[in-house]
This record gives sequence, structure tokens and C-alpha cells, in this order.
Amino acid sequence: MIAYLPHTEEDIKIMLEAIGITDVEQLFADVPRELVLSKPLEIPEGIPEFEVYRRMQALAARNRVEPVGFLGCGSYEHIIPAAVGHVLSRSEFYTSYTPYQAEMSQGILQAIFEFQTMICELTGLDVANASLYDGHTAVSEAAVLALNSVRRSDTILYSSTLHPFTRQVLKTHFSNLPVKLEEIPAAGGTTDLEQLAGRLRPGVAGVVLQSPNCFGYIEDLSGLGDRVHENESLLILSANPLSLGMLKTPGEWGADIAVGDTQPLGLPSYFGGPSVGYITASEKLLRKMPGRIAGQSLDQEGARAFLLTLQAREQHIKRERATSNICSNQALAALATTVYLASLGRRGIREVAEQNLRKAHYLQGRLLKETPVQALHDRPFFNEFPVMLPKGAAEVLTRMEDSGFYAGVDLHRLDPAIPEGALLIAVTERRTREEMDRYVEVMKEALR
Amino acid sequence: MEIQKDLKYAKTHEWVRVEGDVAYIGISDYAQEELGDIVYVEMPATGDSYEKGEEAATVESVKAASAIYTPVAGTVKEINPELESTPELINQKPYQAFIFAIHFSDASGLDELLDAQSYEKHVEQEKAGH
Repeated sequence: MIAYLPHTEEDIKIMLEAIGITDVEQLFADVPRELVLSKPLEIPEGIPEFEVYRRMQALAARNRVEPVGFLGCGSYEHIIPAAVGHVLSRSEFYTSYTPYQAEMSQGILQAIFEFQTMICELTGLDVANASLYDGHTAVSEAAVLALNSVRRSDTILYSSTLHPFTRQVLKTHFSNLPVKLEEIPAAGGTTDLEQLAGRLRPGVAGVVLQSPNCFGYIEDLSGLGDRVHENESLLILSANPLSLGMLKTPGEWGADIAVGDTQPLGLPSYFGGPSVGYITASEKLLRKMPGRIAGQSLDQEGARAFLLTLQAREQHIKRERATSNICSNQALAALATTVYLASLGRRGIREVAEQNLRKAHYLQGRLLKETPVQALHDRPFFNEFPVMLPKGAAEVLTRMEDSGFYAGVDLHRLDPAIPEGALLIAVTERRTREEMDRYVEVMKEALR
Repeated sequence: MEIQKDLKYAKTHEWVRVEGDVAYIGISDYAQEELGDIVYVEMPATGDSYEKGEEAATVESVKAASAIYTPVAGTVKEINPELESTPELINQKPYQAFIFAIHFSDASGLDELLDAQSYEKHVEQEKAGH
């Protein structure tokens, strides 16, 4: 194999002379010696195509596909209609990167426009962008949006019931910025709203909650919007979009910004990604939204046409004044969500949500009644719930896996502040009654 | 490029028209030309108070987004409501399209502004530096 270098020796010499150095290595003079690789990368020699296939097949054969999954905590196993894969596999979509001459790509713009429209309808808010990386980074973007919109603000209050990864991303994002992050504790599995109200003061840009939260519990946000707005702060709500098929929308809760991850809508878990972040807000925040927004208009012949209505927010216009580094979007993955939502329709999304809720409650009811597990708290939940195991989760999970189940997510492993033995169990519409009944039997065995 | 004689100018290309204890602020003809087609003006809220030199508005064109600084401390008395729907007024009539007006308590910032002649020199220097 040869290295691919687009420049000739002559090109390189001219460029080096132009900037007044003699050797390419001098460009890296500022990198500390100990960080510089002093030998070639250890990449093996090329191998024949057939050999590559054989190795990859051997690796693929080691995947365990047989266990029945009850994993959730942000990434769920839902039924995906065949239409999703079909549309995604069209080369017009999967080979194209972000449209630079945007209006030439009417199909992509229409897909983005429809994604935005459906996200607005699901969340009950006015404007959505073309998508963000994932649900966790979407929360950071929402916090930035709040900080940029509330004058003289420097503080974000967030609930300890946000997904542990979301809290980590928030901390990372703001670690070197003059922004204060304050965690609001939980009381009995949901955010302590009295504590939260006590922390509201001038300087607070936004308050971030997640519902269903990291325990799967639904937060009761009654009256919170008003309290936050009286303080001239913004309410940011992170929500599993599938739950919005039946639960009160962020708009109805009085949220100014809603964010989340659309993985439950048409995307498999893959190997942890890619997924799609969504962000939607009230119209007054439109101009400060990160990323791009596609719009609908008429072309010069009066026919319906799509365009990038707002992209001035991005770095190439605003440069150092840009409020976000999001310049593009998760186009292909967002398309999966668009096709998924279009396939299900208004009634379909509600039916899926209801099935999730009913099945999860069926399994929880049987587990609490027939096995020694206990509810972590007594709170309403959507499609996942935490239980306390009478012994360590790791051992139980191993035994369950040996019997054919991915039994749940060990919450303590994700957040050491959550007690050992807390297991988060997700039940989607994919799980059958037989699978759930067997789960209960196997759990009884595993806890014996 | 037009530089209106009776106005004061900031080095950051705002023009200032003082009426009593109120300063009207817009951007110069040179500034609008440099920015190109203006598509959006982000306004301050009436009643908000600003320090001298603080960013109070943003003018966004197809090419760039620029901060508009207030040369005096005070509270926002009014904003130009026409710019919300027709931001291109700044391109068409830069010296009539004020962006916001500040009711100032302390006039000290005004002394630092340039008169038309000095501003013209300043612009020439900037052009030469390009």
C-alpha cells in the first residue's frame, strides 16, 4: 500500500518556501515531543478481499443475537417498518453529505422540512432545526441557547435525574467556559421541585429536566413553567419523543425548549449510534437556534419549493460570533425518523406509545408480585422502570443472559450515586407476552 | 460612500445622533456596504440597561454578523420596529434607519466619538489596511 499524498515534492517545496520554513516537521514544532509518534503507525499489510470477508464473517458470527432484549436507558429496541430501510438505502440520500448548494437538493430539504414539522407537532413547540448529533449534545445546545437568550445569565440548573451521559456531556461542554452548572437533587425518583424553586435567582438562564427521566419516571412539572418564567429563565425539557405520542408535550408543560434523541423513532441501537438529536423551541428563540432550518416557499414559477431558511447562525457567517459549532445535521439518521413517523402517522405513534406503556406495566406488575424485586420508588413511568434486586446486578444479569435475556441496565454502573442493585428494565412493543412471562420465570430462578 | 456631516461616529462604524439626553444609534453607509444585504437585526428590549461599550444589538447580513455597541451607558428608550420586517432599510437609508435609542444618564462616552471628518479618515485608513 502506498500513502495517498495529493501534493508533489515540488508543490510542497513551494508551499514551505511561501511560509518560510524548510521542513514539514517544523509545522508541528509546538506539539510536545512526548506526544509525537516517532515510528510508523502499526497498520498491517493489505490482505485479499476474500480474506477480509472471511475475517469479518468470523467476527460477525461471534455477535450474540439470540438473547431477548429489555435494555433501554436511552437506546431502545423498537419495531422499524421496512419502508425506513428502503428509503434510507436510496443512493440519493445515503451518498449525499450536507447540501452545500442547498436548493439544488430539493429532496433532502423536503426531508429536513418534514422532520422539523413532525418534531414540532410531537413536542408542541413552534420551531425545530434539521437535527443535532444526539440527545445528550442536544441538551448542551439547549443550555447554550438559553445562555445566549437570557441577558446577563451565567447559570444552568439541571436535575440529577438527567441521563448520566447527559450530565457528563453538559459538564464537558461547559468545563472551560464561565458558566455555572448546578445540579438539583432528586426526591423519591423525580426532581425535587422545591429545591429547584429555591435556586431560581437572577443569572439563571435555564432549568433542564428530563421526562421520562433516567429512572424512567415521569416528572410532574405542574406549575414549573410559570415559576421558571417569573424568574425570566427558560424551561428546557428533554423527552423521549416516543413518549410524546401519549404524554403531555413539552409545549403543554410550558417548556421554551425541548430536546431529546429520536433513536426510538426508526433507528436501531446499532453499536451505540449514530442516533439523532432534536431541538425545538418557541418562536422567539428562532434566531438563536443552532444549526440549520429548512423552510417551504414558492419558486419563480409559483410551485412549492424548499430552501434553507436559516443558516446564518452557523460558523461560516457568524464565525467567532457563532453560538454553536453545529454546521450540518444528522441527515440520513434524521431521515429514518422522518420515514418512521410518516409510516406510523398520528394514530400509529400513539398506539406504539400505548403498547409500550401497557407492556412495561404488565411486566413490572408481575415482577413486583411474584419475585423478590422491589420498585425503586412508587412513581408513574412510561416504558421503563427501575427495580431493586436483592443482590448485585452484575451476577443477576449474567444469569439472565445465560438464560437468553438481556435483562436490563445496571444503573449503578452508569452512576455510582444510584444504589447498587438498581436495574432499569425497558419493555417496548417488540416484546411479546410469552417473552415477558418467561422473563419473570427466569428472574425467579436467577434470584433463588 | 456617504458620511453625514451632522452625526457623530464610533470607530466601530456606528453613527450617533444626540437629541437631548437620548442617543439614536445606527450603522454608517460604509458599514452597510461592507456587510452587504442585511437580513436580520437583533434588537435589545426596551427598558434594558447597558454599560458604555456594551453590545446592544446584532446586524446580520448574508456575509457576516456584527455587534452594535452602545457608545453611552443608559436604558433603551425605543427600538426601530420597521427593521423587524424590513431590515434592508439599513442598506437603503443607513442614516435614517436607526436601530435603537438610548436614554443616557452620563454623556461621557459621547466625547470619544469622531466627527464626520475624522470618521472619513478612519474609514480611509481601514480601507488601506484591507
